[in-house]
Amino acid sequence: MRLLNRPLGRLSRYRRGPLAGLLVVLLGLLLTGGLYAAFSPASASEDNSAAQIKQGHQLFLVGCSFCHGNNGQGVKTLDGNQLGPALVGVGAAAVDFQVGTGRMPAVKPGPQVPQKEQAYTPDEIAALAAYVASLGPGPAIPTASDYSIDHMTDEQRQEAIVRGGAIFRTNCSACHNFEGSGGAMPNGGFAPKIRGVEPKYIFEAMLTGPQAMDNFSNGNLSVEEKQDIIAYLQSLQDNPDYGGFGLGGIGPVSEGVFAWLLGIGSLVGVATWIAAHTARSSKQKAES
Amino acid sequence: MSLDTSKIADTNSGTAATAKKPGKAGAVAGWADDRLGLATLMRKNLRKVFPDHWSFMLGEIALWSFVILLLTGTFLTLWFTPSMSESVYEGSYSQLRGVPMSDAYASTLHISFDVRGGLLMRQMHHWSANLFIAAMFVHMMRTFLTGAFRKPRELNWVIGATLLLLGILEGFAGYSLPDDLLSGTGLRIADGLIKATPVVGSYMSFFLFGGEFPGDVLIPRLYILHVLLIPGLLLALIGAHMLLLVFHKHTQWPGPGRTEQNVVGYPMLPVYAAKAGGFFFMVFGVTALMGALLSINPVWKYGPYDPSQVTAGSQPDWYMGIAEGLLRIMPNWETHIWGHTISWNVMIPGQIAPFLLFGMVIGWPFLEQWVTGDRREHHLLQRPRNAPTRTAFMAAMVTEYGLLWAAGGNDILATHFHWSLNSITYFMRTAIFVVPPIVFYVTRRWCIGLQRADNNRVLHGYETGIIMRSPDGGYSERHLPIGEASAYTLTARQRDEIHEVDSDVDENGVVAPGTRAERIRAKLSKGMFADNVQKPTAEELEEARHHAEHTHELESGLDHPASGHEFDDHALRDADDVPLRQH
Ligand code: HEC
Ligand code: HEC
Ligand code: HEM
Repeated sequence: MRLLNRPLGRLSRYRRGPLAGLLVVLLGLLLTGGLYAAFSPASASEDNSAAQIKQGHQLFLVGCSFCHGNNGQGVKTLDGNQLGPALVGVGAAAVDFQVGTGRMPAVKPGPQVPQKEQAYTPDEIAALAAYVASLGPGPAIPTASDYSIDHMTDEQRQEAIVRGGAIFRTNCSACHNFEGSGGAMPNGGFAPKIRGVEPKYIFEAMLTGPQAMDNFSNGNLSVEEKQDIIAYLQSLQDNPDYGGFGLGGIGPVSEGVFAWLLGIGSLVGVATWIAAHTARSSKQKAES
Repeated sequence: MSLDTSKIADTNSGTAATAKKPGKAGAVAGWADDRLGLATLMRKNLRKVFPDHWSFMLGEIALWSFVILLLTGTFLTLWFTPSMSESVYEGSYSQLRGVPMSDAYASTLHISFDVRGGLLMRQMHHWSANLFIAAMFVHMMRTFLTGAFRKPRELNWVIGATLLLLGILEGFAGYSLPDDLLSGTGLRIADGLIKATPVVGSYMSFFLFGGEFPGDVLIPRLYILHVLLIPGLLLALIGAHMLLLVFHKHTQWPGPGRTEQNVVGYPMLPVYAAKAGGFFFMVFGVTALMGALLSINPVWKYGPYDPSQVTAGSQPDWYMGIAEGLLRIMPNWETHIWGHTISWNVMIPGQIAPFLLFGMVIGWPFLEQWVTGDRREHHLLQRPRNAPTRTAFMAAMVTEYGLLWAAGGNDILATHFHWSLNSITYFMRTAIFVVPPIVFYVTRRWCIGLQRADNNRVLHGYETGIIMRSPDGGYSERHLPIGEASAYTLTARQRDEIHEVDSDVDENGVVAPGTRAERIRAKLSKGMFADNVQKPTAEELEEARHHAEHTHELESGLDHPASGHEFDDHALRDADDVPLRQH
């Protein structure tokens, strides 16, 4: 204790010196930064060559900076709304998702940016992603080994589907509906239908939490759990509709519509037919 | 209308006109008849006459749906396990194999996937439940709009309303039985509604659920309600409903030969029974087709109930839709007093408003009776246009219902039409107060306009579509008188009488008791009937006839479209002439 205390004690003499605070903050920053870089899933730099980042920046200046700022710092409108949010730290995965699904570049402001045709080639997307990743560390683009479920045996897959169903109902169905048919969000937003979305984008959506969606980082839902969800969504796609025509998979509202329009509609038609039928024949009888 | 009744029975006397020597079956029947007196009863009822109109068969849809519910429901009971104890699913639906779930849910999966025909039966049961209640609604609307609830049928009106309420309750209980995610969510809302009762809410909820929600006793309890208690009540009330129907005899549309004292139609046997029987098979067929082709309540997709889960698109069956809509658009009002919360936000939409709306519709006939003071029996129906205020009231209520329905599906509207959830909510909050009065006003004026058109037809004949040009160049449309039968039908209604307060003081000059009520009555009477168009008087009719005869001296009495030759010399020409128009 003493041995340890002495140097510390000496140090503590300078504790209240003018530069000490600054030093501590710097040290702390360095430490956390280093730790983050060491442990964060995305080590931004390394394989992204400087050239790619540069190409990405060029593309960004042309296609994205209008809303996201020349350095991805975000742009505010005069009345304080966000034209485009800051992209520092959203990571390559977010860019790959947003541009890959055709959401970005957005065309006009609105409650939610709709999906369109992809506007960039895969190479360009990679460049944009590299550039945005260089702005600050964030989730990297997942690789096939992350999101692919092809390696599973039939049995593993079966288990994954069962687990995935439970995870899905707990975490996703509230917004995306029990069958992944989508649902409404406040103020004109919506959670889209997610049956039939590519596994990579499902993975990235969870990783980056676009718009109103929560962020399901790998610490929150592990890579395996994400694969379970992907397997489950895939199985919804593969399953036959056991009960017949599924009426859109949106629950009892469409059932009610069918009960009234088809059920009551046709039965009233039948009733009219039965009642009219004899009336007509009797009329003819009466006349003849 | 001339049906040869001689084939059905040719005697009214006490002895039936049967074969002289009864065979074996006849002997048994005779034995039974001696003890039960059925023959006399049956003879009378088999020759009961039923009038014919499509709208008289709406109640039958409900009746036959109920029969289908009994049949399919009994099938389901053979495999359904009403228990909330938990086990791990090992059945053949692989997506849920290994998931812990209640026995109720597991047995529903079992019925769906492992029982032969089970899924078909489940789907038929559910579709017919939806049809059952929908049919009751349209049947009730027809009774309402035609004034069939008037004396002596008030009691049957009340029985019908009770049937409707019980049907909805039965449906909700059934919806909750499979213990899937949606039924659990529905029960959670029911729990909330109960808990919103001031002071005793929590106690009632604990009592019902046997502890904190969801507990483990509810499904067995609901099961008894669903398969025993409510069906028993429904059966008894349907029996009473039908008995009263036979006792009162069916109402009929006015027309030549149809009076308040008779019923014109077909006898129970063979015509009506054949029709009704045929209709049963039609209803069964439609239900079976829907059950076979259209998925309903795919519980395996919802997953077992887990209070920590919820899904977008959580909705009740349609008949609970208005309660859902009310809840969804209700502002978040709460009052806190002495550490208690009064949840207006749940109480008003859940406990007060639905019953208020329902009560208004059920109560209307009694209000009307009080206002008119009409104590006569009515066996002839009214056309909806001849009761403009009543018809308009129903139209407004239907509108209100529709709006609340839409509010209950606001998320589906939002995603399918790209509207904002918030805007829908704000719109609905205003619309449910503004739109029904507008609909009321428009419908009322519309009915009155139709009444006027009817009078015109009676007085001035119908529009032939024949345009005549007079020598001086003016154009006019020709009218032709309608037939006697149509004229009779159009005028076979009673005049509305407007109630007036005789005098608000009694002979001593003191304000008479009950004057206030009388004044309200007079006001309502004026509001309900003063604007109605009354049928033409005999003098008006005479005068119009005279006038018409004078103008075109035609007494053709056509009810079919005019051939176009009424006003030209076609009849004078050769038959070989090319006719102007085919008729
Ligand atoms: C018209 C304005 C506009 C343009 C142009 C635009 N964006 Fe966006 N961007 C937005 C808005 C607004 C959002 C907020 C997300 C939303 O509402 O869906 C957004 C979100 C994003 C996000 C997700 C941020 C997060 O928090 O996950 C990324 C990544 C992104 N944009 C990348 C791009 C890229 C790359 C381009 C150029 C190819 C681009 N954007 C062009 C408006 C724009
Ligand atoms: C709070 C509501 C919410 C939750 C919970 C949620 N999402 Fe989303 N999700 C959204 C919204 C909103 C979008 C649309 C974002 C956009 O268009 O910018 C979305 C988009 C997606 C997409 C992209 C779809 C496409 O067509 O590109 C996928 C995939 C997705 N979500 C999967 C999931 C999964 C898997 C879960 C559960 C782990 C989940 N979501 C949980 C709201 C949610
Ligand atoms: C007296 C006859 C009836 C019996 C014996 C019966 C029985 C049952 C049983 C056992 C179930 C659960 C089985 C399952 O869905 O897997 C059930 C469900 C249900 N019942 Fe009934 N029922 C009867 C009448 C009714 C009536 C009159 C209604 C409607 C008004 C109704 C509506 C429902 C509904 C909506 C379900 C849910 C079905 C599903 O989840 O698919 N039942 N019934």
